[in-house]
Amino acid sequence: MSKQHVTTTINGEPAEFLAEPFMSLLDALRDEMHLTGSKEGCGSGDCGACSIIVDGRLVCSCLMLAVEAEGHEIITIEGVANGDELHPVQRKFLEHAALQCGYCTPGLIVATKALLDRHPNPTETEARYWLAGNLCRCTGYDKIIRAVMDAAAEMRGVTA
Amino acid sequence: MSLSYASPTTVNEAVALLTGATGLTKILSGGTDLLVQLRSGRVKPDIIMDTKKIPGILGIIETEAGFVIGAATPGAVIGEHAGLAAAYPGIVEAANLIGSTQVQGRASLAGNLCNASPAADSVPAMITAGAIAIVVGPNGQRAVPVEQIVIGPGRTSLARGEFILEFKLPKPAARSSGAYLRFIPRTEMDIAVVGAAVNVTLDAAGVITHARVSLGAVAPTQLLVVDGANAIIGSKLDDAALAKLDAAARAVCNPIDDKRGTIDFRIKVAGVLARRAAAIAVQRALGQAAGTKH
Ligand SMILES: Cc1cc2nc3c(=O)[nH]c(=O)nc-3n(C[C@H](O)[C@H](O)[C@H](O)COP(=O)(O)OP(=O)(O)OC[C@H]3O[C@@H](n4cnc5c(N)ncnc54)[C@H](O)[C@@H]3O)c2cc1C
Ligand code: FES
Ligand code: FES
Repeated sequence: MSKQHVTTTINGEPAEFLAEPFMSLLDALRDEMHLTGSKEGCGSGDCGACSIIVDGRLVCSCLMLAVEAEGHEIITIEGVANGDELHPVQRKFLEHAALQCGYCTPGLIVATKALLDRHPNPTETEARYWLAGNLCRCTGYDKIIRAVMDAAAEMRGVTA
Repeated sequence: MSLSYASPTTVNEAVALLTGATGLTKILSGGTDLLVQLRSGRVKPDIIMDTKKIPGILGIIETEAGFVIGAATPGAVIGEHAGLAAAYPGIVEAANLIGSTQVQGRASLAGNLCNASPAADSVPAMITAGAIAIVVGPNGQRAVPVEQIVIGPGRTSLARGEFILEFKLPKPAARSSGAYLRFIPRTEMDIAVVGAAVNVTLDAAGVITHARVSLGAVAPTQLLVVDGANAIIGSKLDDAALAKLDAAARAVCNPIDDKRGTIDFRIKVAGVLARRAAAIAVQRALGQAAGTKH
């Protein structure tokens, strides 16, 4: 099986890796790029633990071939913080204790960032529908939604 | 044989690849069906041909004649097109029901159609809108009504070497609109137990002059329900017309029986959803006549 050379941009930096033709982008991120923040919960698009942003759109990296990344811009959970400074969404997840085991958290944070980049002022219902593809077996979602709404408010410059 | 991925940049190159290939070649649009099947081992392709570098296959063009939707255009892009949402709200709401935000970032109309699931949400809406699939292949191009693409679960009428390049929708007549409804046991992230789409055109007095009705998930393929359309044409969707539509919808159902819906339940719901979708389509068409936006 011949590997293909892929050139892409990951978290603002040029990146290159070798991928087997049918390898998922999730596997390439984790195993070739050693960006292990994105998780595999299901491998079938149901759980959202592998969520990444490609050219500004939220997608499941388990449902994309690694070779499809060629020429595209990817943001993973590793690119959400600004150096040592946490993104407001990350900070609010901590403040609201919106995680227990943490397995779903990278996907939820990336999905929330994608939501707030596009819709800075979502209603709670909009936030819940936007995040319907991110499963969490621990928290019961309520604290997650509170963190999301609080992060949205902070990013708009209002205190909730 | 070694596995390979190809991303041709012209239609001719893609057709040559599909016709020349030995072994199983699978076409890739958004991959939200194909990658799941690949991972589970349900399909074992030798070659995956990605269509997305072919010009025109991603994006929506609005012309004097109507709309051209690139075959691989993701649901998220379809949902953001105000012109399409105004002209064909049924297609947009159906396409946007597919999966999660993540799935919407990739899932396309061509993939939804060619995966040939009886429950594919966008298909009844495309059928009632009169969508035409532009199929390209070794013998050039042909225009195929969407209802003629799927011939059974997982099977399409596309010949070897053929694929869908785009969908064409005519500019809708005045006072026309459509709607799609599905029943699922939850509110999100589920597959239709029944789906129903209706498109109507009204005259100046509000009488239905043209209609199309289609059902999903109640037979091996999506159904075009001609008797259902005839039941409401000539009416203002009064109770008698709605009752006839309900009966016509139930009459064509040939559903499966499973844990998500018994045969009786699916048949009953098909009638109910057909009525409700018709009512929404008429409301939208009337709203358009009054110049209001929906
Ligand atoms: C979590 C999840 C939830 C989902 N929810 C729904 C739902 O609610 N409703 C629903 O209807 N579906 C649902 N789906 C299924 C899937 O997302 C849709 O069917 C989607 O529209 C497929 O489009 P795609 O572009 O991803 O197709 P792909 O996976 O790229 O392709 C699907 C099939 O079509 C063929 N194909 C693709 N493009 C072409 C072309 N241009 N010409 C000819 N053949 C082609 C492929 O070879 C393949 O067999 C869901 C999937 C997931 C993973
Ligand atoms: S691992 Fe990708 S959605 Fe679950
Ligand atoms: S915190 Fe454990 S799955 Fe969400």
